[in-house]
Amino acid sequence: MLGKTAGSLFWMARYLERSENTARLIDAGFHIALTRSATAPAEWKSVLETAGVANAYIAANADFTSAHVVDFLLRDPANPSSILSIVKQARDNARTARTYLTREVWEAVNTGWMTLVALLKRPVREDDLPDVLATIRRQNGQVRGALTGTMLRGDGFHFAQLGTFLERADNTARILDVKYYLLLPSVAHIGSSIDNVQWETILRSVSAHRAYRWLYGAEISALKIAEFLILYAQMPRSLAFCCERMAEHLGQIQHIYAEETEAGRMAAALCRERLAGPIQSIFDGGLHEYLRGFLTANAALARQVERDYRFVE
Amino acid sequence: MTSDSWPNLVPPTPAIPDFPPFSRILPSRAVVLASTPAAPPASNAAKGAGFIRFFDEMQGQGGEVRAPYREFCDWFDGEDPARIHRKAQQAEAFFRTIGITFNVYGADGGDERLIPFDVVPRIIAAGEWRRLARGIEQRVRALNAFLHDIYHRQEILRAGRVPTDLVARNDAFLPMMMGMDPPGGVYTHISGIDIVRTGADEFYVLEDNARTPSGVSYMLENRETMLQMFPELFARVAVREVGDYPINLLKSLSACAPPACKGTPTVAVLTPGIHNSAYFEHSFLADQMGAELVEGHDLRVVAGRIAMRTTQGYRPIDVLYRRVDDDYLDPLNFRPDSLLGVPGIWDVYRAGGITIANAPGTGIADDKALYSYMPDIIEFYTGEKALLPNVPTWRCSDPDHLREVLDRLPELVVKEVHGSGGYGMLVGPAASKKEIAAFRAKLEANPGNYIAQPTLSLSTVPIFTKAGLAPRHVDLRPFVLMSPQGLTITPGGLTRVAMTRGSLVVNSSQGGGTKDTWVLED
Repeated sequence: MLGKTAGSLFWMARYLERSENTARLIDAGFHIALTRSATAPAEWKSVLETAGVANAYIAANADFTSAHVVDFLLRDPANPSSILSIVKQARDNARTARTYLTREVWEAVNTGWMTLVALLKRPVREDDLPDVLATIRRQNGQVRGALTGTMLRGDGFHFAQLGTFLERADNTARILDVKYYLLLPSVAHIGSSIDNVQWETILRSVSAHRAYRWLYGAEISALKIAEFLILYAQMPRSLAFCCERMAEHLGQIQHIYAEETEAGRMAAALCRERLAGPIQSIFDGGLHEYLRGFLTANAALARQVERDYRFVE
Repeated sequence: MTSDSWPNLVPPTPAIPDFPPFSRILPSRAVVLASTPAAPPASNAAKGAGFIRFFDEMQGQGGEVRAPYREFCDWFDGEDPARIHRKAQQAEAFFRTIGITFNVYGADGGDERLIPFDVVPRIIAAGEWRRLARGIEQRVRALNAFLHDIYHRQEILRAGRVPTDLVARNDAFLPMMMGMDPPGGVYTHISGIDIVRTGADEFYVLEDNARTPSGVSYMLENRETMLQMFPELFARVAVREVGDYPINLLKSLSACAPPACKGTPTVAVLTPGIHNSAYFEHSFLADQMGAELVEGHDLRVVAGRIAMRTTQGYRPIDVLYRRVDDDYLDPLNFRPDSLLGVPGIWDVYRAGGITIANAPGTGIADDKALYSYMPDIIEFYTGEKALLPNVPTWRCSDPDHLREVLDRLPELVVKEVHGSGGYGMLVGPAASKKEIAAFRAKLEANPGNYIAQPTLSLSTVPIFTKAGLAPRHVDLRPFVLMSPQGLTITPGGLTRVAMTRGSLVVNSSQGGGTKDTWVLED
């Protein structure tokens, strides 16, 4: 397989995952804006920070009204990370790697893009927003389904999966990092409950508020939420889950090529060294420091994958 | 599908009626098409040349359904038009979903458009095709022989059959190819011969495409679409298969592997990238052949070979089916600013390290300035008369020809020698007096840059419209593969159709559409 093609599959998956994560962030922000208008601007600001576009937004907008933020995140041409432009990039990468995609995967990506272009022709009205966000998630679900249902389990499949989980880990870590001050023991004492709506936002932005309740019941604590999102390996958006998958797919790639790589070693190390727990020791060392460290290691892994498998010259 | 010429145009012809709404095409009720006089071009009327008559391939000149179309028409008459309309819409959605689009240059953000697809097939009888195929084969063999000669001993120039200047001073002539033997002796691995029809037995070659002819993916997808939409139709009519083109292409390219190749040849398709207008076709062909689709930045010279950067390091390529022009192939040897090519590929090519298909320098064979010499070229190399005639052509570089062209400008089609895609041409009968005057000035200033041809009355084939069947002008591009093992001509080819009434513009870049092309079994 061409290095470029592997890179295109990896980035196609990353961009699609990112678009879905952004849709989730918007959903969570919108929820707060509806239920607690007083804290909405602060909430939108943290959504923009999580998406990494706060500076670009502030440069172009004077306030943090829902309509402006939502439009910026969905479709503003001034935002290179808008969902519309991310999905366009995903499609461009899919076109580049087209010969390695099954017809079903390509059609799912292409149909998703066409649907989105039609949906986002003009600003989305508030009452249409839930539908639009649901459509974005659904389209991604279709791509995922086509990928796992029709792709040969060759190197191409594993590069795409690697991209998905690397992006997802990055996203979950960012959500936690932007909100870490809420989870800090100094603000809310260990065991005591934190702001109900705030914790729900965190969980909502990873589509896990119901799962959390199933698991932990009504007990809401900083420690538990952090444990759930970082160490709980059955939760498909937790850092532990994502890292296990990354190590697994890199393991498969190394197996197929019969060659061990630095990237493979790094992924295994990430699981071993950063996700061993317990959560208390992570808090002891500082949650923010931990998350920063994780994000750095995750990005370094991405660069190493790119080098080891020759995505670019 | 952009770098093609227009077929010659005739003026818009409001006198040609569309079929009335869903009139069945039973012989008795058929609308008489071709005998309907079109508005005569002003100058022709003056010369008493009479009306232009169009030959309709379904109805002929008389209004009775021609034999190749009978079975189709029987089927069509039994169908509910609403169902066909629905199917046609599904086909369009299908094309869009799988992304059979072409990019429009200059359009905002690389606009992707669909090429309209028409559900009424263009049908060619077995006998007609045999005749065409013989003529096409003769022509492609002559083109290849001409290229070999031009880049070796140049016998044809010595014999004075083609003017030396026309070759030596031609930008499409590549002096670097002199004395070079491409692997297997093949120059034109893939060619497309554009053919127009003007009557029951009248076919002309409008143009040869010996560089990188495009459109074959549409030929294949059109058939695939028809098979999906109307499977029952193919049970009734025995149509010759086209779907083996990709495997034939792979075999043909593999058979031209260079001396350096060890074992099974590795074939790759070189594309300028996703923003190229024909990217769909490039990825389609690579996919269908099971070949890698590479761009210039995936390639480099490694140990005297052209190698592609894979996830496991550089791997040599044996045959490169390139879909970039000569000029962009090698920035070290051609355009230094090109990012599309591979630095040093030329040296590897000369040393027998890679096969480039088509060979560099084939453009000299399909140059418009040489087109008018094709009958001589064919005779020179095959010892036979050309089986398929050229469109009569005036070379404006010749003072006598120029005089005649200037006299008859309003009735002629004048083309730039090096132009393509229908740009920079004059369509006399469709042009205003002002346009003709302006063109006359350009022609007088630089006559050597132009050729002129009479306005042809292209045949029509009906298309399916909301209002019923309606005749539209068509042309045909058959695709020919060449290897040391022989020639393979896919039965039929790509039929392009002008979608608007009276228009003869079939170019996709100008709103033309396509049809499935059927060659009937014997």
